[in-house]
Amino acid sequence: MKKLFVSLLLAPVLAFAAGAELHLDKAPDRSGDMAALQNGAKVFVNYCLNCHSASYMRYNRLKDIGLSDDLVRENLLFTADKVGEPMKVSMQRAEAKQWFGAAPPDLTVIARARASEFGSGPDWLYTYLRTFYRDSARPTGWNNTVFANVGMPHVLWELQGEQVMGEDHHLKLVKPGKLSPEEYDAMVGDLVGFLNYMGEPVGQFRKNLGVAVLIVLALLFVLSFALKREFWKDIH
Amino acid sequence: MAASNYEKFKSDGTMVGNVTEWIDARFPMTSMWKAHLSEYYAPKNFNFWYFFGSLALLVLVLQIVTGIFLVMHYKPDASLNASGVPVAFASVEYIMRDVPWGWLIRYMHSTGASAFFIVVYLHMFRGVIYGSYRMPRELIWIFGVMIFLALMAEAFAGYLLPWGQMSYWGAQVILNLFSAIPLVGNELATWIRGDFVIGDATLNRMFSFHVIAIPLVLLGLVVAHILALHEVGSNNPDGVEIKKKKDERGIPLDGIPFHPYYTVKDIVGVVGFLMAFSVIVFFMPEGGGYFLEYNNFVPADPLVTPPHIAPVWYFTPYYSLLRAVTYPLFGIDAKFWGVVAMGAGVVIFAFLPWLDRSPVKSIRYRGPIFKWFLAIWVVCFFILGYLGVLAPTPGRTLVSQICTVIYFAFFLGMPIWSKLDKCQPEPDRVTFK
Repeated sequence: MKKLFVSLLLAPVLAFAAGAELHLDKAPDRSGDMAALQNGAKVFVNYCLNCHSASYMRYNRLKDIGLSDDLVRENLLFTADKVGEPMKVSMQRAEAKQWFGAAPPDLTVIARARASEFGSGPDWLYTYLRTFYRDSARPTGWNNTVFANVGMPHVLWELQGEQVMGEDHHLKLVKPGKLSPEEYDAMVGDLVGFLNYMGEPVGQFRKNLGVAVLIVLALLFVLSFALKREFWKDIH
Repeated sequence: MAASNYEKFKSDGTMVGNVTEWIDARFPMTSMWKAHLSEYYAPKNFNFWYFFGSLALLVLVLQIVTGIFLVMHYKPDASLNASGVPVAFASVEYIMRDVPWGWLIRYMHSTGASAFFIVVYLHMFRGVIYGSYRMPRELIWIFGVMIFLALMAEAFAGYLLPWGQMSYWGAQVILNLFSAIPLVGNELATWIRGDFVIGDATLNRMFSFHVIAIPLVLLGLVVAHILALHEVGSNNPDGVEIKKKKDERGIPLDGIPFHPYYTVKDIVGVVGFLMAFSVIVFFMPEGGGYFLEYNNFVPADPLVTPPHIAPVWYFTPYYSLLRAVTYPLFGIDAKFWGVVAMGAGVVIFAFLPWLDRSPVKSIRYRGPIFKWFLAIWVVCFFILGYLGVLAPTPGRTLVSQICTVIYFAFFLGMPIWSKLDKCQPEPDRVTFK
């Protein structure tokens, strides 16, 4: 009866399973890698934080990834006066909308928002930032394979170089950038790692705490079970 | 409850005794303690399925306590801040980042919502397999169905509050259903929203419903549910009445005092539950996109409709019932009948005590028709739930229509098939190893 039940339950799942339509590259895991996350923060502040805000993220929160207030003040504090302020941008949203067709979205939780059945949010961002290509039909001259007709031009083009879409629907690097393809992928990996951290700064601590909580609860479970056994001894 | 049957506490001369006597002369403290805990006799053969009642109470308390702290920092405001983000959405991220331990409180609350439904669905399933809704427990069951309805309303109102894309468009889809009601629908929908579209007015009233109106109703119903239970006593996995066999003191032979026996047993259930709950809260708070939908990390935007609007998982079986109805009837739009099907899918549970004509209560002694039909019904419920998160296609709609027919056939055919089923005789006493 139970076996039958389980197989009945599984049958529809198999029947409805559909093939993925969007192929995403797996983003490298940078969690806990302070040097990589700091590099990601640097890239983010230099390249992204001109148009995109991270308005729920305070500069001094970067201490999570090993950056002291002084380091932040000297190296990263471009859009605010105090380290306690959030990462805002000075660009007016109404103007931005005129220039790009849509105001650049706030990026604080973008790594969480971009998750889907095709892959994690970091996977999407990692693929997206590496698949810009030249497209003369677009007002910015750029298009993207995972975000068709995107409003954002390829801000990192100097680093990656220029890609074109080949006849075989594969991207080809036709003009090399300052970085080799491997170096560029590693840098995007750092940036995406930082975006992932910023999506939930408490993420790492949460998991560490979770282990401790589960250990305590496991002990409590043994105790409560023993207590129950003791009380129930005389019930027959 | 029969509280007056208990004698007042007579002081034994100690300080505690004097205080107890003083209170008992003015408030039924000792008699209530006895009536509901130390001299409330529950069957001794409760199994795993009987954890979920006390767990539902635990989750209710968790939701109220975490909710109180969330309300201290959350702002139900749909206007945009300087960065162009709705204040409500930003205040949730403020809780997640800047409020000490705010992330934990928020994850407990968001996970608690899903946990509440898991626990309540299992609690209801227990009632179905052991016939707990049968006479004399019809009112317990009806209060329970009302709790389920209130819980759905509570969850719906709460889901709007983070003011993300799924909050917004989910509410848009559901509140628009009122417009399917003939003649008054559009005016009614506008009245409920407080605006022509989902807006600040809607957010504020849903906040009010979520933190005041529905919790009050919910608490009242929970008290009624428990009072009714303690009046008639609990059912058990054998579905036999323990009150039929009593000892010379009038205590059921198979009954044991709820306290301490079930209080210590429920502690084991509570700790076990908290372990599963912690795994979600600490390691997968998004629940794979089912507990916190990914698209809800995008602030609500009335101008951008998401390509696919999926309700949260606990509503999906009923959402599928809604979408399965595609035929207009009596000159009224199919959407209206979909709403009727969705509502009927929930309310029909309330009629179970009168639909079920089986001579026995428990699945242990019921025949093959019940076991098979219930198994198929559960599978249909899962399929409907699964289809509810997907975009409709003609094939999927057909499957959901078949499942909808089976869903209702289980209930509507019950007066006939439950009588035909070949049941085994019930034992005199409960089975307890």
